[in-house]
Amino acid sequence: MPTRRKALQHSATVASLLAVTGLFPGIALAFNAKAFEAKNLGDALKALGAGAPVESKDVTVTGPDIAENGAVVPLGASTTLAGVKQLLILVEKNPNALVAMFNVTDSVDANIATRAKMGQSSDVYAVAVLADGRALFARKEVKVTLGGCGG
Amino acid sequence: MGDPMRIRAQAAGSNATVRVLMAHEMETGQRKDAAGKTIPAWHITNVSATHNGKPVLSAEWGPAVAKNPFLQFTVKGAKAGDKIAVSWKDNKGDTRTDEATVT
Repeated sequence: MPTRRKALQHSATVASLLAVTGLFPGIALAFNAKAFEAKNLGDALKALGAGAPVESKDVTVTGPDIAENGAVVPLGASTTLAGVKQLLILVEKNPNALVAMFNVTDSVDANIATRAKMGQSSDVYAVAVLADGRALFARKEVKVTLGGCGG
Repeated sequence: MGDPMRIRAQAAGSNATVRVLMAHEMETGQRKDAAGKTIPAWHITNVSATHNGKPVLSAEWGPAVAKNPFLQFTVKGAKAGDKIAVSWKDNKGDTRTDEATVT
């Protein structure tokens, strides 16, 4: 029975094998399908190989208190911490929790904004994954008056 | 090759704020059409940005990113005249790259 560590190592190997070169020179093009299929924060972080998430005041999630249109909700993730590897945006009650994952380099501020679909009122998480694998998050409740999944 | 992205890169102090508006349907794969068949997922999976050719940001997106995705980030040390290029690739293999100059 493969241990979790073996499973994580295996998926990391597969992910790097999937990296396509040539089109985006210098950037490995993997798509972590497992993370995007995860149903909750914990599973998404496990799929990304990050540690158990810890709430932190140094991470900020930005978003409206009430979103008029669940199909277009402006959401942002930022952190003042150093050594950030990734910034993630997750919507707890979406069919799949992980919305977007940003690989941050030293050349950009650890501050990303985008717009997401929210199926219903839900907690939104911004997670910063540090170089040592620690995952720190901030949470905000966003109410949605009209759900964005089209269902 | 989708429709062109709109990229605006403005220098602010020693950094440049980049705002990108991409044209993409971003189908979640959850909707059904009039006949009741599920409309298959069609969304951008990877995004990358370079500053004067150097990769500065990459992202993986699920279908929950909104239609005609918006993205904002700040590049350190970018000044007027620098080139910012943004590329995306979707789950059907379609790709698009657009470039803008920092003003």
